[in-house]
Amino acid sequence: MRYVLLAAAVLATLAAALLLGPANVPFGDLLASPIVWQLRLPRALLAFLVGGALGVSGVGLQALVRNPLADPFLLGLSGGAGLGAVVAIAFHLPGPWALPLAAFVGAVGAMALVYRLGLMGGAELDPRILLLGGVAVGAFAAAITTALVSLAEAAELRNAFLWLWGGFSGASWTTVLVMLVYAPLPLVVLVAAARPLDLLALGEEPAQYLGADVRRLKRLVYLSASLLTAAAVAVAGVIGFVGLIVPHVCRLLWGRLHHTLFPTAFLTGGVLLAAADTLARTVVAPRELPVGIVTALVGVPLFAFLLRRWTVS
Amino acid sequence: MDRELIVTVSDLTCRYASAPRDALQAVSLQVRAGEFHALLGPNGSGKTTLLRAALGLVRPVQGRAEILGRPASDWSRRDLARVVGVVPQREENLFPQRVHETVLLGRYPHLSLFGGVRAADRAAVERALVACDAVDLADRWLWTLSGGEYQRVRLARALAQEPQLLVLDEPTASLDLRHEMELFELVRALVDGPGLAALMITHHVNLAARFADQALILAEGRAVARGAPADVLTRETVERVFSWPVAIQPFEGRPQMIPLRQRKDAL
Repeated sequence: MRYVLLAAAVLATLAAALLLGPANVPFGDLLASPIVWQLRLPRALLAFLVGGALGVSGVGLQALVRNPLADPFLLGLSGGAGLGAVVAIAFHLPGPWALPLAAFVGAVGAMALVYRLGLMGGAELDPRILLLGGVAVGAFAAAITTALVSLAEAAELRNAFLWLWGGFSGASWTTVLVMLVYAPLPLVVLVAAARPLDLLALGEEPAQYLGADVRRLKRLVYLSASLLTAAAVAVAGVIGFVGLIVPHVCRLLWGRLHHTLFPTAFLTGGVLLAAADTLARTVVAPRELPVGIVTALVGVPLFAFLLRRWTVS
Repeated sequence: MDRELIVTVSDLTCRYASAPRDALQAVSLQVRAGEFHALLGPNGSGKTTLLRAALGLVRPVQGRAEILGRPASDWSRRDLARVVGVVPQREENLFPQRVHETVLLGRYPHLSLFGGVRAADRAAVERALVACDAVDLADRWLWTLSGGEYQRVRLARALAQEPQLLVLDEPTASLDLRHEMELFELVRALVDGPGLAALMITHHVNLAARFADQALILAEGRAVARGAPADVLTRETVERVFSWPVAIQPFEGRPQMIPLRQRKDAL
């Protein structure tokens, strides 16, 4: 029943994303309209893929750091991506791919730095240090970003800030294709880690006694989840709360086992972000809100509600 | 005795980084199928370290640890989990789950990467629940269980692994008399019936003496005594190791230890 509802939500969200928009496309012309084919469809698909990637990444990272309040961006990736993007804008790097590539490089750089910090205690990745290191690296990157922004000109500054709040106005079939080629590998790695991640919830030592290679597991999950998030941030900017909320919603609806959690988190994240993007580009049409504002406006109250549930139970 | 040798630890020395002394010093231990071994010793004497090293989680500085004749460090965690089932001292319960889900975790080392749960796995879970008298608990949430029920469920999870060796780290800590006795009886039955090997860390010297075939006493990382409980649990040894005066009296052929009052006027 819940699966049927989820499938219906996927279809309804995608349909709404195709139907709604500032330009009035008659229902009969929907399939023939270039607005639908060149703008709305790739945009809806990209939002769906990014939402799915963030949802799956959130599930993986929350299991890894064994902290249900972890968000993919907590691990410093948003700071690194923001720095990369602002560098691209401030130094006028040329070409349409300069900004996403710079953001990707920034995110991966932050990931590598946090990973290195996490290994400081020895050969084992320490989840607590990952969290602390992520916050520290993120704050450091944000400081440099703000320094650059304060030196940049006003119009550029606005671009940089809007980019940081995320959005899909740059969506095209090419970006959809990039995600379609890039995302499967980390997704498959995470899905393959589903059962060991169930064991990890017991703690590292009990998980090993039940057959999990914890050391390898932690590395693979951290790298896969971070690379997924880095791709998401490169094509869509920093979109908060999806990676935090979606795992909780899915755990409430489908239980805590990861082999159901990963696919449902992908679909739920996709639905949430595609719907948020439809809202973002229609409520103040013809202008647009950054989609990160919509997810935060919806996500923060939802998060407060979940937090209440969490502390009550 | 030519029962199958499951654990061989010889001359094992372990040291944690930045520790002032060796956690284990030249300790040896052999556990065979159908034997119940008790591992005794005061806090910090190296009991848990010996388990970890025997199961390949701690690398020894010196000496060997082998499971079924193969170095413990050569086993993949997954292969080892099909041979050895462990009930660790403690674990976390990050998310709520039901008893049958918990016991099913014991089947994970038997499942293929993307394959589902097979009928054989469900049967093994069922058998484990029956063996631990936990069938009635199957649909309960873990957090609603009493301490004794919770330990039975964790033992069932280890049994679902279908191991040849059961390892238990202080399984009866904080259990009341009945649950404690039930757990010792259950482990003994698993050793006598299906012929499992059992290695149990415990602070219950008297129950170890009653139930175990072999006892190994550790103190400050060294093996102080090893052998049948009647030979090992002498007054001198127990007093020295646990730093407390005791009397030893036989009961049903096994030594039973009675701690003495330490009156000031008696000194």
